[in-house]
Amino acid sequence: MVQHPEAQAPGPATDAVRHSHGPGIAGQQPVVHAHGPDEVPHTHPDPAVDPHEPLLHGPRALRVGIGGPVGSGKTALVAALCRALGTRLRLAVVTNDIYTTEDADFLLRNGVLPAERIRAVETGCCPHTAIRDDISANLDAVEDLESSLGPLDLVLVESGGDNLTATFSKGLIDRQIFVVDVAGGDKVPRKGGPGVTTADLLVINKTDLAPLVGADLSVMDRDARARRGELPTVFLSLTQDRAATPVADWIRTLVAGSQHATTG
Amino acid sequence: MSLTTLLVLADGRLPAGGHAHSGGLEAAVSSGRVRGMADLDGFLQGRLATAGVVTASFAAAACADPQRWRDLDAGLDARTPSPALRKASRAQGRALMRAGRILWPVPALDRPAAQRIAPHHPVVLGAVAHGAGLVPRDAAVAAAYGTLTGPATAGVRLLGLDPFGAHALLAGLAGACDRIADEAAARAGDPVDTLPAAGAPLLDIGAEQHATWEVRLFAS
Ligand SMILES: Nc1nc2c(ncn2[C@@H]2O[C@H](COP(=O)(O)OP(=O)(O)OP(=O)(O)O)[C@@H](O)[C@H]2O)c(=O)[nH]1
Ligand SMILES: [Mg+2]
Repeated sequence: MVQHPEAQAPGPATDAVRHSHGPGIAGQQPVVHAHGPDEVPHTHPDPAVDPHEPLLHGPRALRVGIGGPVGSGKTALVAALCRALGTRLRLAVVTNDIYTTEDADFLLRNGVLPAERIRAVETGCCPHTAIRDDISANLDAVEDLESSLGPLDLVLVESGGDNLTATFSKGLIDRQIFVVDVAGGDKVPRKGGPGVTTADLLVINKTDLAPLVGADLSVMDRDARARRGELPTVFLSLTQDRAATPVADWIRTLVAGSQHATTG
Repeated sequence: MSLTTLLVLADGRLPAGGHAHSGGLEAAVSSGRVRGMADLDGFLQGRLATAGVVTASFAAAACADPQRWRDLDAGLDARTPSPALRKASRAQGRALMRAGRILWPVPALDRPAAQRIAPHHPVVLGAVAHGAGLVPRDAAVAAAYGTLTGPATAGVRLLGLDPFGAHALLAGLAGACDRIADEAAARAGDPVDTLPAAGAPLLDIGAEQHATWEVRLFAS
């Protein structure tokens, strides 16, 4: 959508741009209308009508994608983030689960998010297509949430469980988190793949299970560093840290940054 | 008209939401009516003779005169008894409008802000084709063919059918698509009430049941 300069936050009007295209006081003509000396002469045939669509809700929500293999803890992470951030931030969730109400039910049961803040989309047997190649259904879901709930600070998009190559399109999300678990073996970071290698944050979940499956966390840490360079990786056990503290902190920083960037 | 532009519009990889719709095939597979390649062939023929004809006609008409979109949209509502299918059609219309307006100068089909609900997919397809500089026959052929690609791909995904075989079915229906498109283009200026109204009650019923499932891989 093209944003009309006048639709931006009001700032001090300079002489050259002092205009009023608004309706003014009811029943009266618009008041001020000075054109600067360097302006192309023009008229305003319908001064009371702003031809531009109103900006619905100012700056748009930060969108964070959460991907990773089946069962790695994506929904558990979403629930933890809702718990940690839900009271401070206006947030909503889009899920791509095949069981259309499973994730929503889980979030409801755990009392972390009311139903109207959750939307499910079908992925036509192709979870990665829905988050990467054809993001239409997910965009619709995000837009519907924003138009029914009003301005939001954060939208979490949980992908369907997929393999290590599934990543989100930048047309859908601003940042992405990739969740793997130690139960899949300490080889996972070494295998790499776009999810592990390029995600903005890699979460290695279920560290509580490491001793049970003989996974060496230091190996995972070393391999993740090798694969990811400067990109951050955090270890997590959602059964022990029900607020997913390191991830919630990472998101808080992002939200603060994005709000600063769009309003400041 | 540009043939390449038509290919872009009709490409199954155009990010316009189509991949999540099976055109009723998921319901037909689950009820056991479509089990293998021969059934898929029958399903596609039936779909082309019903949804294909209606979709092609309305896409051609909308391409010929996008200003007629409200009437055409109401005409499609009347031809779509299943609420689930209306919803699916409007969802695909919305997605195609989003994609189309980024690609080409597509005329706006806006309702008053209070009732912002996207037009049906065939209407949007016609308008997008118009914006892309295509002619009604192009819109019709893309529409007719588009009613087949969704279920054909869904058959490959849901039943593990041989993808070459599924595409052979599509190739075999090319002549039928062309004839339907010719007819649709010839009647693109007809009044809405006289445009085709072929229905497929089993698809309507299947769509209504499908919409209530707890585990659903496709949106329709
Ligand atoms: N032990 C342990 N179990 C966990 C942890 N995090 C999640 N789980 C469990 O792992 C299972 C799968 O978690 P989900 O959050 O459903 O995983 P998911 O990635 O959303 O799964 P899909 O959406 O099906 O791909 C559940 O039984 C969780 O309770 C953890 O840190 N430790
Ligand atoms: Mg999940």
